Amino acid sequence: MSFNALIVIALGYVLLLFTIAFMAERRAARGHSNWLTSPWIYTLSLSIYCTGWTFYGAVGYAARSGLEFVTIYLGPTLVMVGWWWVLRRLVRIGRAQRITSIADMVSSRFGKSTPLGVIVTVISVIAAMPYIALQLQSVTLSFAVFAQTEGVGWEQNDFNFTAFWVAIGLAVFTVIFGTRNLDANERHHGVVIAIAVEAVVKLCALVAVGIFVVWGIAGGPSEMLTRIDQSDIVLWNQESGRWISLIFLSGAAFLCLPRMFQVLVIENADERHLHIASWAFPLYLFMMSLFVVPIAVIGLDLMPAGSNPDLFVLTVPLSEGRSGLAVLSFLGGFSSATSMVIVATIALATMVSNHMVVPFWLYLQGNQQAVISGDVRHVILLSRRLSVAGILLLGFVYYRVSGGGTALAAIGLISFTGSVQILPAMIGGIFWRGATGVGAAAGLITGLVIWVWTLFLPSFGVDAVISQTVMEQGPYGLSWLRPQALFGANGLDPLVHGIVWSMILNTAAFILFSLVTFPAPLERLQGAQFVNVFDHSSAAPAWTGAATGAEDLLIMSQRILGGAEAQAIFEAEALRQGKVGYLPDVTSDFIERLERDLAGSVGAATAHAMIGQLIGGSSVSVEDLIAVADEAAQILEYSNRLEAKSKEQERTARALRAANDKLTALSIQKDSFLSQISHELRTPMTSIRSFSDILRDGVTSDAEHEKYAGIIYDEAVRLTRLLDDLLDLSVLENGQVELRAQTGHLSDLLDRAVRAAGLHEGPLKIIRDRASEDVTLTTDIDRLGQVFINLIANAQKYCDAKAPHLMIKVSEDSTGYLIDFIDNGSGIAPDKQELIFEKFSRVADGSKAGGAGLGLAICREIMQRLGGEVLYLAQSRGAAFRVRLPQVKTTTALEKT
Amino acid sequence: MGKRVLLIEDEPNIIEAISFILSRDGWTVHTHEDGTSAMAKVLALPPDVIILDVMLPGRSGFDILRDLRDNEVTKATPVMMLTARGQDKDRELAMRLGASLFMTKPFSNEEVRNHVRNLMEA
Repeated sequence: MSFNALIVIALGYVLLLFTIAFMAERRAARGHSNWLTSPWIYTLSLSIYCTGWTFYGAVGYAARSGLEFVTIYLGPTLVMVGWWWVLRRLVRIGRAQRITSIADMVSSRFGKSTPLGVIVTVISVIAAMPYIALQLQSVTLSFAVFAQTEGVGWEQNDFNFTAFWVAIGLAVFTVIFGTRNLDANERHHGVVIAIAVEAVVKLCALVAVGIFVVWGIAGGPSEMLTRIDQSDIVLWNQESGRWISLIFLSGAAFLCLPRMFQVLVIENADERHLHIASWAFPLYLFMMSLFVVPIAVIGLDLMPAGSNPDLFVLTVPLSEGRSGLAVLSFLGGFSSATSMVIVATIALATMVSNHMVVPFWLYLQGNQQAVISGDVRHVILLSRRLSVAGILLLGFVYYRVSGGGTALAAIGLISFTGSVQILPAMIGGIFWRGATGVGAAAGLITGLVIWVWTLFLPSFGVDAVISQTVMEQGPYGLSWLRPQALFGANGLDPLVHGIVWSMILNTAAFILFSLVTFPAPLERLQGAQFVNVFDHSSAAPAWTGAATGAEDLLIMSQRILGGAEAQAIFEAEALRQGKVGYLPDVTSDFIERLERDLAGSVGAATAHAMIGQLIGGSSVSVEDLIAVADEAAQILEYSNRLEAKSKEQERTARALRAANDKLTALSIQKDSFLSQISHELRTPMTSIRSFSDILRDGVTSDAEHEKYAGIIYDEAVRLTRLLDDLLDLSVLENGQVELRAQTGHLSDLLDRAVRAAGLHEGPLKIIRDRASEDVTLTTDIDRLGQVFINLIANAQKYCDAKAPHLMIKVSEDSTGYLIDFIDNGSGIAPDKQELIFEKFSRVADGSKAGGAGLGLAICREIMQRLGGEVLYLAQSRGAAFRVRLPQVKTTTALEKT
Repeated sequence: MGKRVLLIEDEPNIIEAISFILSRDGWTVHTHEDGTSAMAKVLALPPDVIILDVMLPGRSGFDILRDLRDNEVTKATPVMMLTARGQDKDRELAMRLGASLFMTKPFSNEEVRNHVRNLMEA
């Protein structure tokens, strides 16, 4: 078996994995991912827990420390069997919240906190460094074993060279399959299939070596047991403290290692896969551990003293001349190491890129433009690829610095301890609503510091980072800070010491700071969603056991979507199911689609709550209600805005309508005004024209002649008066009238008005109380006189009493003088009283009175100008008008105009 | 004894003028000043030609015209409408309601004479 042949085999194996991964990706891309997402693949992918350290190191561990290695398998077994409900919760949250990594998990829980994401990422990367170094070391050592058996001398350079190229190879594979594209769920079918194959290879290899050892060398199980009994392994004194610590550590690491979180939660296709994995994975672990002790015992017996027990899995078959078995074993170890490194780097690269590089890049961009431009995808992929390379480089650097000197198992446990610092924040986060981001950060940082000080830095070796003096006496002579005896805790096993202190102080800080700080709103919301994930997440097979009628769903959908649309959806579904009619079977598939449709209208939370209520499959939780209220508030706000807008439009429309009405009314008024004027002008003109025509014909008698000439004269006067009135009114209405204030005596003014009204022409008798008329006025006497004349003339024209008389009464009140004109006629009908002051509103029939109906309109205008008013006294028996003349304000009103 | 013309008009001077003109032309002129009772007056006569003012106290000339055209006795009687408002829409309305002629005030005496003659001959 030449060394070169081994390299060819290794490369061939890698090529095979490439092919498998590639084909799996192709199948997944085409949607044929059924068997890719089976629970068996899931279970096998979990086997990345068993790394090169487990493959080689477990035997070495057994050879050095007896049965203690079993703890490494017991921890995960206990978690899978006893704590599967924690796993289920993690998986559910991971799906519901679209978690992409353990850093994302912690960050999301505590209000999508960027700092927490960074802290978890930093812890994970630091903790993974020794582990990756360990894998490089195991592969390198296994190469060296083959090289040495062939007699090729290996120098340190060769080790470094091999480790470097292994790192490069792993980086290439990881970049190709781990960062090929961006999947929303961060799932990597190709990688999962490849590690499932590797899981089978490493199990087969270890079992094959074990069978060879038990039956080929020892000669059967009973002989094997005898040899085990005689070996030193069983004599090792097992410390219970260390056992408990290690079981806890491995169990916690199973949950907290980034790569385990990746395969357990992120790559999980279906929550139900956990059921099978909960017994199948412990079985796998059992198979992996079954032959560890036999191989160790035989190795100790066969191999020369001082040979590395970590490599017994390889060296025992080789020493027995079984090179084929040795190659298989090599491939097993190689598989273990590479699968772990690949998944770990994918997980870490996702974390580094999502929580450190991209936020920083966005910060540098300084605006939101980049997020929209689609540029981001490129940036994320690039940052992931660089992160992969960087993480492997860090692993390589750790390998070089630590010199690969320490035993594999010891490095692995230190790495574990680093990772489990995340445990309090994560478990606390998903079970305790009171946990806060500050608490989580405090716990994480405390744990990280203690871990680095007590375990990580010392792991580089004495004097490498921490000097012997500091180790023994503490920094600056502070003995209570000694890395392996914190606070004077002497005599503890260094690992147990580190685990106990870091976890206790981490948890204490987490709880303490959580209690004294108050979570931000987003943190509280996220906390509620994480802690109550089973109450209201829809990630699970959502609406199984639906016990509702399609009618109910249809009615509800119609309420939300509207009749036609809802019916269309239901009919389409019925058609799809091949059913007659419009009501489909209520399958969970259909309900999920319906919920999405509804969510488009009313929001996801409302849709879920409404369907939940109908289906009865899930009770409506407080969080659902909060979410519903939230959506309702948004909808309310939206509709309020709409309403405000429509109110505004309504107001505008109303104003426009009013303006339009006014214009229309004005236009009608103008039309009717013109029509009235036309009528009033044409009527006298008709008479004038007609009679002048008759007179011109010269066929009339003298009596007729005189009569017709009289008519012509009267009508001409009437025309003139009409035109005067019109002009007067126009001037008054336009406010162009010039008022001339004079001082006069009311009594004199009334005398003149009575005279001017031409009372000699009628029987109207005027009744006056001259004593009350002894008032001196300062106003536009002529205009006021015009009003009086109009009122007296009206009485003369319209008073229908047999012995008509008009009473003129003058009185005084606080506002000024009141001059009433009351006749003894039948008055004005109540329904006409409103109209009498309007233009052309002749109340009396016909035009016998000769007026054009402008008089009262003119009176009203004049009194308005004079600062007073003229009004009709409705309660009076006859027609009664009152002129109110302000005493005090007259002068001011006049000055104004 | 000439043909009978009924003049329904409320302006005394216009009544006087038209009566004078038509009497001299050989017509027997009856007059009526009130819109409300105009229809009764028409049926009591009934006249050969009707001259009807639009603006009448109590009832508009258009309403009376409508009644005239609905009545068996008067539906063929020539009616000349008179108005002082002189608007096109009044003319249209009058013609639509079945007026024979429409005359706007003021008018020449000859116009009245000729119109009434023509109406009688038609």
